Amino acid sequence: MSDVVSSKRVIPDRLGSKTSRLLASWEVLLFGVAVLIFVFNSFASPYFLNAWNLSDATFNFTEKAMIAFAMALLVIAGEIDLSVAAIIALASTAMGAAAQAGIGTPGLVAIGIGTGLLCGAFNGLLVAGLKLPSIVVTIGTMSLFRGISYIVLGDQAYGKYPASFAYFGQGYVAWVFSFEFVLFLVFAAAFGILLHATNFGRQVYVIGNNEFAARFSGIPVERVKFILFLLTGVMAGVASVCLTSRLGSTRPSIAQGWELEVVTMVVLGGVSILGGAGTIAGVVIAAFVMGLVTFGLGLLNVPGIVMSIFVGLLLIITIAIPIIARRIKEMS
Amino acid sequence: MNRLLKNREILLTVIIALMIAGFSTRAQGFAAPGNLANIFNDTSILIILALGQMTVILTKSIDLSVAANLAFTGMAVAMTNAAYPDLPLALLIVMAIGIGAFLGAINGYLVWALRIPPIVVTLGTLTIYRGMAFVLSGGGWVNAHQMGPTFLNVPRMPVLGLPILSWIAILIVLGAWFVLTRLPFGRAAYASGGNPTAAIYAGIDIGWTKFIAFVVSGALAGLSGYLWVSRYAVAYVDIAAGFELDTVAACVIGGISIAGGIGSVGGAVLGALFLGVIKNALPVIGVSPFAQMAISGIVIVLAVVFNARAERKAGRIILRDRGVKEVSA
Repeated sequence: MSDVVSSKRVIPDRLGSKTSRLLASWEVLLFGVAVLIFVFNSFASPYFLNAWNLSDATFNFTEKAMIAFAMALLVIAGEIDLSVAAIIALASTAMGAAAQAGIGTPGLVAIGIGTGLLCGAFNGLLVAGLKLPSIVVTIGTMSLFRGISYIVLGDQAYGKYPASFAYFGQGYVAWVFSFEFVLFLVFAAAFGILLHATNFGRQVYVIGNNEFAARFSGIPVERVKFILFLLTGVMAGVASVCLTSRLGSTRPSIAQGWELEVVTMVVLGGVSILGGAGTIAGVVIAAFVMGLVTFGLGLLNVPGIVMSIFVGLLLIITIAIPIIARRIKEMS
Repeated sequence: MNRLLKNREILLTVIIALMIAGFSTRAQGFAAPGNLANIFNDTSILIILALGQMTVILTKSIDLSVAANLAFTGMAVAMTNAAYPDLPLALLIVMAIGIGAFLGAINGYLVWALRIPPIVVTLGTLTIYRGMAFVLSGGGWVNAHQMGPTFLNVPRMPVLGLPILSWIAILIVLGAWFVLTRLPFGRAAYASGGNPTAAIYAGIDIGWTKFIAFVVSGALAGLSGYLWVSRYAVAYVDIAAGFELDTVAACVIGGISIAGGIGSVGGAVLGALFLGVIKNALPVIGVSPFAQMAISGIVIVLAVVFNARAERKAGRIILRDRGVKEVSA
């Protein structure tokens, strides 16, 4: 997050040692916060340290985190997608309609992910193809996608899903490890490799740091951005499959407000909202932090909307602290 | 003709007039003055909020917390009225504007002093303010019978044929026009969004300008909080949920550039009226009200496409690089 304020770029004479740099990194700091919350929760509630309860708690964040991985890449590249929650609603509506028509589980999954892909392509076309600002475009498509769900469903709901469809949101791979949690880990690894170990990942960073230079280095900026929107759409589709399967029903208001939580997760994970910096590891830890906070507060009978105060505070404070710390350092 | 088409205000006025004419062929009396006055009154709150949003957007920022601010302030004012029915209305309105301005100042301070990107700040405060509305009310409602008659009736009182609510909107439109085009703050707002570097060299304090813009937006959201609660005669946590997007939509449709520095008060007002006419026409022409969200989505996307083309042409190279000239020649 060191380049949120890029007014002064200080290049030190000597870099700190590898361990000291690692210890001062955002990810380690965040990990410390996660541990603190974990310890606090286990003292605050006797029901916290229970394998099944903890397993249930993962559902608080797995679906959002899957989108957050793709969103992290998008934000690092200097764009944003506020329509992800609306894509979930539209994909869920498409799956619901297909399920009423008697389509089986594999077909439903294909339809859910396919809808996400199409929505992502539409966003990508507008942002990368027509070079429009992603923040307004996706505010528009957010209304559009969810609006289509409202036109289709109105005040109705779809509820008749095949029994085998329930596995994605309710099934367990082994012991307490749910299918969703395993999927979350698989995607964490996949996106980690994509961002940190491939040419594509380097290109994402370069575009976020200096789009102009990226273009001059021969990076197909528009194509990379288009792919990132596609990926985000697909991940929203995957999340929609999981969420719909978990809830077993579809309403047009499904996943309302999730775009904010996904963005919070990404920013909390140390991804610079201005682009160019961030890691998948940070997002993974941020997902755990948010999951632990909401779960711990839930055990203490704090209502959901009050939890959102904590999430909002978490977002602002985590960004403000490093900035204030640097100010103090500069003053002394 | 081409010039006329490029003028956003005239174009929007023509489109809105065509829409009203089209709708009135389907529904008798849609274009009647009484109905048009109704639509304006119905859109008043959106107009007020859109002007606050516009001020913020001009400085290259965005305020996503306006609807949450409205909900919190509306709840606070309604609860105060229910608990102390004897307090004069003027005091409550001052209180609404004060609370709103304070919440806006929090946004503005974080943007100004800590330089946190506005979208992050207001995403955070959006959830915080609405959560605070819940904490304040304990999830309860304030219903019409708990509110005093003055509290409820003043915005509805007709003066010279229009309800006071409409007059408030008109006053604020005139005020916004005056502030943004005739006062140093307006000039600073346009400058710090249009070209921040040049603004700094011109001696404009960009951070302070943004701070004031957020305070203005917050104050207008606070005032709208009272107006909303009074107009719909109920206050609960979820009032105006998602309304912040409508305010951004009104600005985008009105030709206010999301990149800052471009846009007019007339554009924002017409953008809000455009949405208001659609919203009021849907039930009249027999389209499900559920279609409204999708329609505003399409309109926003089209408006963004349109804006981008208009803005791209607006650029003009004053000092031409010789190398470029040789290549192009």
